[in-house]
Amino acid sequence: MLTLERASKTYRIGAFGGGRLVAVREADFSVAQGEVVSLIGESGSGKTTIGRMILRLISVNGGRITLDGEDIAALRGPALRAYYRVVQGVFQDPFSSFNPIFKVDHVFSLLRGLLGGGQADDGWRRRVDEALASVGLEGGQVLHKYPHQLSGGQLQRVLIARALLLDTRFLVADEIISMLDASTRIDVLNLLGDLKARGLGILFITHDLSLANYISERAIILRRGRVVESGPTTAVFGNPLHPYTQQLLGAVPRLHEKWGTGPRSGKADACCYHDTVTASPAAGQPAMVEAEPGHLVGCANLYGVCPGDTDAEVRATA
Amino acid sequence: MTALAGQIPKAGESVGRAREVRYFVLRSRKILISTAIIAAFLVLAALGPTIRPGDPNAFVGPLGAAPSAEYWFGTTTFGQDVFAQFLYGLGSTFAVGLAGGGIAALIGVTVGFVAGYRGGITDEILNMVTNIVLVIPTIALLVVVTAFFKARGIVIEAAFIGLTSWPWAARAIRAQTFSLNAREFVDLARISGVPAWRVIFGEIAPNMSSYLFMTFILLFGGSILIAASLDFIGLGPTSGVSLGLMMYNSVAWSALQLGLWWWFVPPGVAITAIVGSLYVMNVGLDEIFNPRLRES
Amino acid sequence: MGLEVTDLRVYYRTLAGDVKALDGVTLGVAEGEIMGLAGESGCGKSTFGNSLIRIDGRMRHVGGSVVLDGIELPIADGDAMREYRYKLVSIIPQYAMSALNPTRRIGRMIDELLESRGVRHEEYEAELRRRLALVGLQEDVLRRYPIELSGGMKQRVVMVISTLLDPSLLIADEITSALDVSSQKAVAQTLVQFRDEGFVRAMIVVTHDVSILYQIADTLAIMYAGRLAEKAPTEELMERPLHPYTRLLISSLPEMGVRFADARLAGIPGAPPSLLNPPTGCRFRTRCPLADAECETQPPFVEVAPEHAVACWKVA
Repeated sequence: MLTLERASKTYRIGAFGGGRLVAVREADFSVAQGEVVSLIGESGSGKTTIGRMILRLISVNGGRITLDGEDIAALRGPALRAYYRVVQGVFQDPFSSFNPIFKVDHVFSLLRGLLGGGQADDGWRRRVDEALASVGLEGGQVLHKYPHQLSGGQLQRVLIARALLLDTRFLVADEIISMLDASTRIDVLNLLGDLKARGLGILFITHDLSLANYISERAIILRRGRVVESGPTTAVFGNPLHPYTQQLLGAVPRLHEKWGTGPRSGKADACCYHDTVTASPAAGQPAMVEAEPGHLVGCANLYGVCPGDTDAEVRATA
Repeated sequence: MTALAGQIPKAGESVGRAREVRYFVLRSRKILISTAIIAAFLVLAALGPTIRPGDPNAFVGPLGAAPSAEYWFGTTTFGQDVFAQFLYGLGSTFAVGLAGGGIAALIGVTVGFVAGYRGGITDEILNMVTNIVLVIPTIALLVVVTAFFKARGIVIEAAFIGLTSWPWAARAIRAQTFSLNAREFVDLARISGVPAWRVIFGEIAPNMSSYLFMTFILLFGGSILIAASLDFIGLGPTSGVSLGLMMYNSVAWSALQLGLWWWFVPPGVAITAIVGSLYVMNVGLDEIFNPRLRES
Repeated sequence: MGLEVTDLRVYYRTLAGDVKALDGVTLGVAEGEIMGLAGESGCGKSTFGNSLIRIDGRMRHVGGSVVLDGIELPIADGDAMREYRYKLVSIIPQYAMSALNPTRRIGRMIDELLESRGVRHEEYEAELRRRLALVGLQEDVLRRYPIELSGGMKQRVVMVISTLLDPSLLIADEITSALDVSSQKAVAQTLVQFRDEGFVRAMIVVTHDVSILYQIADTLAIMYAGRLAEKAPTEELMERPLHPYTRLLISSLPEMGVRFADARLAGIPGAPPSLLNPPTGCRFRTRCPLADAECETQPPFVEVAPEHAVACWKVA
């Protein structure tokens, strides 16, 4: 449904754009209907940039992003509005996502313009109430309040309801859980699971591997703008092939297993791309290698032959 | 510019803020006194033509007479009624302030919003333009303009002031816009298909309304001051009357040496009082909108 | 020696009344022990940490005592605490790493910081370098500006500074929250290292992330709405959580390996009570599946197994 075809984003920095910063380098993956794909990366990995590119908040410099085969960069005016009826997003900070001087219903009224021709008020109100009901909220309880009068969890749910209001088929969920309390996180996450069952395609952007493992069918590991591993969640997490993935999994604090004692004790980061991020991949070298069916790894040397950093160096730059 | 720092309501503030603002405004001595002063002068200016109808520059009285019951502010060396000049001068001073300040505000706000919202190359170009206008030597430019326009009125003066005093406002607004642009509700508006101008005026500007208000007050006051200064050195309008022109004339006709203090003291005091009050009002407003300044 | 806190109550003054952020907390931390203090936002854990060092002027100490190494700390008096602050009890405040002055090189900032605490920085020069090396930071970090360091590096710099004077008690307030998972591990392990090397005698790690605490803490204390719910050695708490809140909390955490398709986790319905006017009795009872009339009286925090204390009537 939504596909990134070697999409890249390069920023010009410095006075009059003399320097270059590559935020995303040839990201290549797709999300189908009815599946949750996790985009996992640490800060600076480019995951938020990809989310924003999909939402047309920033432009794509290289490659393209397509929805049902159509390049989204070309969309303008009515075509762009049609896109937003189908593709929506929810962001990380619920309190920043609401304009503090307006009531909560403002975020819904902003959407009315997307519907083109006018729509009767009660028809609209009914639609909003239904969307809120589907996330477990009651319109009469929340719409007339100001954002600061509701909790983070409630606000995130309102934002999800907003994202579902029209004919949404694809949702970009950018770290939507990280600012919520532990007891509300799981409810919002379960909500995503229900949406998936209704046929939505969801890109779940996160840095938290446990959440990704819980909710997603497929996982994509991003490092410094590059996809280093992707595939079914069970495969990527159960049999991580890329040294970076292994390092990440080794660092996750688990609840019944101490660090360094489990089957996968943190292996040193031996990523060959570590020092050559600014250089483009050698010509003729495939971007990703299919190690198992559907399980792709972006590493020239699959089994740790690549010279890499020692453990101590990793600590110094962490 | 520290007076204008930090006006943006944080996520979590309500519009009960409006009530809070009203409460503090009514209790701020700075604001109440300065507003009273400005209001008094405004009333005088408005009532001017009623109290003293006719041409303020007409020769009506004894030459160089001190203030008396008939001529409250005395007369000039040419027998003109200083009080009448004062009243009409107030009117044109406010008019220049409004027009000049208004033009500067319009340009500054537009440039600031566009540069802050768009960023990138648009921002770079607008920055360049802002900087160029900022460093143009306005006096030199004004000399050229005066040579060009032999007969000048308030309109030209206001236009000149408006076109040269907007850069700092543009800078300030650009900075605030940048900061607000980073908030996620702007992104949310964009992915709701809201066009750019509506995002700027519907989402961003209302969040900096206090900032915009204070910017305008400063531009207004600044405009008055610049106009008075220009008038005083003879680069002002060639006809009409203003407070600055009164002072220019008084110096040109040796009022200081002749002891005709009533000719230049009233306009000087008026300009100082008006501009000073506007700035004090600004400080008072800043204390309200920026609660951290209130903590003592 | 260690820390003994008895019935500590700390309220915040607000226009609307007193927010009872901390309402009767009693616990002890032995020497050499790392205690984890966990709970959701608003439970009072940060207030607890900050009240032990008294740097927040809005706090009002209402009752209870704090004894560290046999000395009763004057936590009601901000000025009196100055003598002990950073020397006997030290804190790594939340957001510390974002509070580094961007216009100062790290070395200069540390010197100024030490001077402000009444310590001549030359005396600690060598020790500082030794400790920086110990946590894996190279010496040239002192010559860099904060912006040149990564989050994990900045956090480790802050940790070294906070423990330079070898405090008896260190409070670490949400020091891993803003970091990436690999940095989190490095920082958490550094905490343990400080304890092992003897820089710090006892430690309280305040965070909402229970899984990090499982990795490094010897004991775990769970707080809810200003009071202690449960406290036990870490393994014991994870094996046999007794308080309903603890059990619901742990079961709502998506542990690695659990998948939505296989086992749908449940959250805790409802929300924590407002601390402006907290309900009488057990504060969890509005959300607790086991609550009944008995819970309208506050259950005492009692030991029900060796070193394992709970505040719940339903746990015999």
